[in-house]
Amino acid sequence: MNELGTRDLIIQASYLAASVLFILGLRSLTKPPQARLGMQQAAMGMLFAVIGTLLNSNILTYQWILIGLVVGGMIGYPMAMKIKMTAMPQFIAFSHAFGAIAATLVGVVEYRVRSGATGEEGLSHGLAAALGLEVLFGALTVTGSFMAFGKLQELITGRPITFKGQNAVNLLMIAVAFTALGLLIVNPMNGAAFYTVLGLAFLLGISMVLPIGGGDMPVVISLLNSYAGLAAAATGFAIGNNVLIIAGALEGAGGFILSLMMSKAMNRSFGNIIFGAFGAAPTKSTAAKGEAKEPRSITPEDAAVQLAYASSVVIIPGYGMALAQAQHVCRELMELIEKKGGEVKYAIHPVAGRMPGHLNVILSEAGIDYGALLTDVDDANRVIATADVVIVIGANDIVNPDAEDDKSSPLYGMPIFRPWTAKAVFVIKRGKGTGFSGVENPLFTRDNTLMLYGDAKGVLGSLVKEIKALDEGH
Amino acid sequence: MIQIFQLYVFILAGFVGFIIIQRVPPLLHTPLMSATNAISGISLVGAIVAAGGQYGRLSTILGFVAVVCAMTNVTAGFLITDRMLAMFKGQVKTKAVVAKTEPAK
Repeated sequence: MNELGTRDLIIQASYLAASVLFILGLRSLTKPPQARLGMQQAAMGMLFAVIGTLLNSNILTYQWILIGLVVGGMIGYPMAMKIKMTAMPQFIAFSHAFGAIAATLVGVVEYRVRSGATGEEGLSHGLAAALGLEVLFGALTVTGSFMAFGKLQELITGRPITFKGQNAVNLLMIAVAFTALGLLIVNPMNGAAFYTVLGLAFLLGISMVLPIGGGDMPVVISLLNSYAGLAAAATGFAIGNNVLIIAGALEGAGGFILSLMMSKAMNRSFGNIIFGAFGAAPTKSTAAKGEAKEPRSITPEDAAVQLAYASSVVIIPGYGMALAQAQHVCRELMELIEKKGGEVKYAIHPVAGRMPGHLNVILSEAGIDYGALLTDVDDANRVIATADVVIVIGANDIVNPDAEDDKSSPLYGMPIFRPWTAKAVFVIKRGKGTGFSGVENPLFTRDNTLMLYGDAKGVLGSLVKEIKALDEGH
Repeated sequence: MIQIFQLYVFILAGFVGFIIIQRVPPLLHTPLMSATNAISGISLVGAIVAAGGQYGRLSTILGFVAVVCAMTNVTAGFLITDRMLAMFKGQVKTKAVVAKTEPAK
């Protein structure tokens, strides 16, 4: 590296170009109309980085690289083209796991090679630290992402899985892992320490995600996003590659910001989400409050009349809407109301869905203009307060008034939508059960709330039918 | 000394990331995550060197697996980001306003 040859210059230039394109790509996401082009340019950046790397003089054979690239492309392409937008969180978790496997394996190879070499090529303390952190974050992300994938795909129950002394066990594992990391840094040739870090990180990924409930998945996915970035950055430190450090830092920052935003949107701390096992303890704390008021229900016919003459309608979708694949019929309903002169907006809570921004994607997939999506809780509440009808579709905790009224509620303090401030509220719900967190929702028994029981897609479908029938009746 | 420079780069990049990503609207948070996920598939670069470097059979095998995984991550990540961003449409913002001026009863 002392004398840079032309080859090295080209490699470094390709990495610089890649880094700049990555940053510009992320910046384009701040302006939705330019986002697509910007990210296509970032993909070009990735191509530059790969081409630059292929020129590396340490590479002696290309066959395995090329086969690997082709196989990876063949797995990735159909995955990306076929996946449903509702399954996006699982997909992201899966993709995180794959990236992290790569980072972890590179760490293992690098450690094997370096610990066998001596002198300049050997292991320094700094390098050992980088490799240790790389496999720590990498392995943690691999198993953590697979667990998250399993929960989202419902291969594992979405309820928190807990056992006595779980937090103590986790803390002990963390302590041992960091001790091993310390030993590795002091003595880089300590292979046992290296593999202890690796093994414990795999276990930690499992044991830290298992107790987290499905409703908290937006935070988990964001955190894993951050860890995957840190693993990539540590890889960059280990192999002395700036583009890896930059890309890793960008992802690390992105995941970190998102997880902060998500926990803020739930009014909870990281610690509470990771160690709290939400939903396990507070089962029906408010159910015992007496006044066994029954929710009143309404027929689709009557609801359709109100909707047809409403001049302002706000729809609050939750994950239930996504599960029922009701976004397309939702747009149909929206178009009908708009044709009749009403205005329809959507209020999207930051933690609605199973990952940050999930429902925005699902509604956009149905062709709904993003000008109609209100993503700020305060803005949305202002619109809701003047609305004639609010329709809550498959959402529960994000419209629970206990978050404002009941200090004993586990939801207390969470910023929520206030549908009861509108003239009328329709709640589309499958049955009379509680939400994901297992908390009762007093919204359902408010005076201006009317329930429409049934599958979201079916209920919306009959609303559409009834509104159309009104027209024909004239 | 090299490690200090690397730390510099890391902190600066993290700083840039922080400033930019904070301004990404919640609307695009899912594409943001898949975009950063795709970008971090840059581990591919390390995997390529590991797979092609002839550090012994085991290293080549591990490197090969790493290339496959990283390439899957990169391909899937960028494609899905593109698919999502293609769906976001925002041109008809005025439609609802126009419709409201003439309330049909």
